Amino acid sequence: MAVITIREALNQALREEMGRDEHVFLMGEEVGAYQGAYKVSKGLLDEFGEKRVIDSPITELGFAGLGVGAAMAGLRPVIEFMTFNFSILATDQIINSAAKMLYMSGGQFKIPIVFRGPNGSAYQVSSQHSQALESWYAHFPGLKVVMPSTPADAKGLLKSAIRDDDPVIFLEQERMYGNKGEVPDDPDFTVPLGVADVKREGTDATIVARSLTVPLALKAADELAKQGVSVEVIDPRTIRPLDIETIVNSVKKTNRVVIAEESHAFCGVGAEISAQLMERAFDYLDAPVKRVSGADAPMPYAKNLEKLALPDVERIVAAVREVAYL
Amino acid sequence: MSELKVKPLKPRGGGAEGAGAGVATEPAEPDTSNPDELHAEHQERQQHQRDSIEQLDRETLVRILYQMLLIRRFEEKAAEAYTLGKIGGFCHLYIGQEAVAVGSIAALRPDDYVMTSYRDHGHALARGTPPDEVMAELFGRAGGCSAGKGGSMHLFDRDNNFLGGHAIVGGQIPLATGVAFAEKYKGTERVSVVYFGEAAVNQGVFHESLNMAQLWQLPCIYICENNQYGMGTALKRAMSMSDVSQKACSYGMATEFVDGMDVLAVYEATKRAADRARAESQPTLLEVRTYRFMGHSMSDPGNYRTRAEIEKFQERDPVKVFAESLKQKQVLDDAALKEIEDRVRAEVEQSVKFADASPEPAPEELYTHIYANPIKQ
Repeated sequence: MAVITIREALNQALREEMGRDEHVFLMGEEVGAYQGAYKVSKGLLDEFGEKRVIDSPITELGFAGLGVGAAMAGLRPVIEFMTFNFSILATDQIINSAAKMLYMSGGQFKIPIVFRGPNGSAYQVSSQHSQALESWYAHFPGLKVVMPSTPADAKGLLKSAIRDDDPVIFLEQERMYGNKGEVPDDPDFTVPLGVADVKREGTDATIVARSLTVPLALKAADELAKQGVSVEVIDPRTIRPLDIETIVNSVKKTNRVVIAEESHAFCGVGAEISAQLMERAFDYLDAPVKRVSGADAPMPYAKNLEKLALPDVERIVAAVREVAYL
Repeated sequence: MSELKVKPLKPRGGGAEGAGAGVATEPAEPDTSNPDELHAEHQERQQHQRDSIEQLDRETLVRILYQMLLIRRFEEKAAEAYTLGKIGGFCHLYIGQEAVAVGSIAALRPDDYVMTSYRDHGHALARGTPPDEVMAELFGRAGGCSAGKGGSMHLFDRDNNFLGGHAIVGGQIPLATGVAFAEKYKGTERVSVVYFGEAAVNQGVFHESLNMAQLWQLPCIYICENNQYGMGTALKRAMSMSDVSQKACSYGMATEFVDGMDVLAVYEATKRAADRARAESQPTLLEVRTYRFMGHSMSDPGNYRTRAEIEKFQERDPVKVFAESLKQKQVLDDAALKEIEDRVRAEVEQSVKFADASPEPAPEELYTHIYANPIKQ
């Protein structure tokens, strides 16, 4: 197995799927000649040409809608948002068109489209460029929401998302593009949507983490192991549909849960997981579910404040100790 | 330098509250200033139609009249069914605008795509969706063209390449642009046609779409059905430069202003645009000036325009004008016209029977068609 970065893994997934199916095309700002704002689409223009790798004007609502229309006519668009902050302009087409077309047409028009790009914080890019929007998109039936945390998951899940017949919101993380990991060489390697992954097994407490917080949770688990606490780390990988079964099974074993997330806590994915655990695993919980979330404030610019706004290993360790009554 | 003169806005129609007629009582400014001009315009329209009739075969002409009459009678029946409580929610009627959908769709190929706004009954019928299925959809029944899940604003018919009614103002414009993109990508000669009201022109996505369509030379026809009111707001109260056809100039796009009360003028303009799309892969913006005789929706109080204004446009009734032209050119006589009328009435009556008899969607349908590839949890 090759060791590659998440950026390279995503690039491979795009290249392989575009090679596999000529209905797949990539559109977005700077995806072509510039090679991608974060270089995820590096080399694709040379390989597939201007017909299939299309630099769009800065017109998020327009090209999101164009993508949905192209999907109605049988193509499989991959629409890149330079960051998901800009997808806010496109939510009308994602939510009102993509998520509902199959339903309100009585099953006549499926929308096989992927909207992808970095979600969440980067490095000191302040309030308008640091938002984690998974709870927005996960709210709506009709959308699937995916958040990989490793190169293998990034590649396998993106390939599945492109092959899927439904609109998929594929949320990457700018801080993680350079993260390395092993990725299977098999060109048909995929990771199914809707299946959580146990990133580390443990017996004393469960941390449910996604995207940016998965590596943090694994470091916290290392730290806690030194303190004699065995932690299980679960990465749902797909937020909608959520593989709650895997989380519930873990809780039945550990009886304690911490949810680590980069997003704001209020009405967030952590709140949803917590509510579902109340409904499905209340009798197995020995402590209230604890969330470690991004600050309930817009993202500040100042480096020290930005650090305070994000979850870190120390806070996750403290939270696990709290639910374990240590 | 001359001083810029700003004309003050007229106050909204006074005395409308409680007015039984449901229209404003204050006379509005006519869009054609005097009776002579109106008369001349009418003569010109009829002369144009008589000339154009000679260019088309009888079958096409009769089908055009039949479709306009079908839409007119269907919508009248829908209004009746709405007041009886058989149709719920929003119901936007197409009465007065029939020439736009019928004339333009008659100029298309069956494999071209059609997409429109929430005022979509006329387009579905003109495209060939059976009246039974449209009425059943309005009734929220399983036999509806969207299985009872879309309703009045979301008619869909894949078999007839009717890609739906869309209910966020302007939302269908980038979608149709994407359909045109896909057909160009696939190398077909299929054209994508999208309808929207003039109020949608103020949405950003109209401009985003036209920019992309001209930039990438997409075979898309943008048909602005300018019925002169965005709900209750007159065009001049909402648009700084209200010559819609000229908006295309910002994008270097071909454009035409079309008389929407003349079904053959709409047909001809659409034909030119479709030829341009197919032969040159170029988009076109058509501003089709029309008028809706009914309210914005069934719940419209109608107090923003006068009875006189509505009556003035009713004199230009596109269905009557066209029927008259066909008679004058001896394409149809009274007996043939009555035959079409009878056929249309029978079909509309039948559509209500079909819709009444069609079952409600099964309860389990609530959770179907959410995902094409459902993932069991």
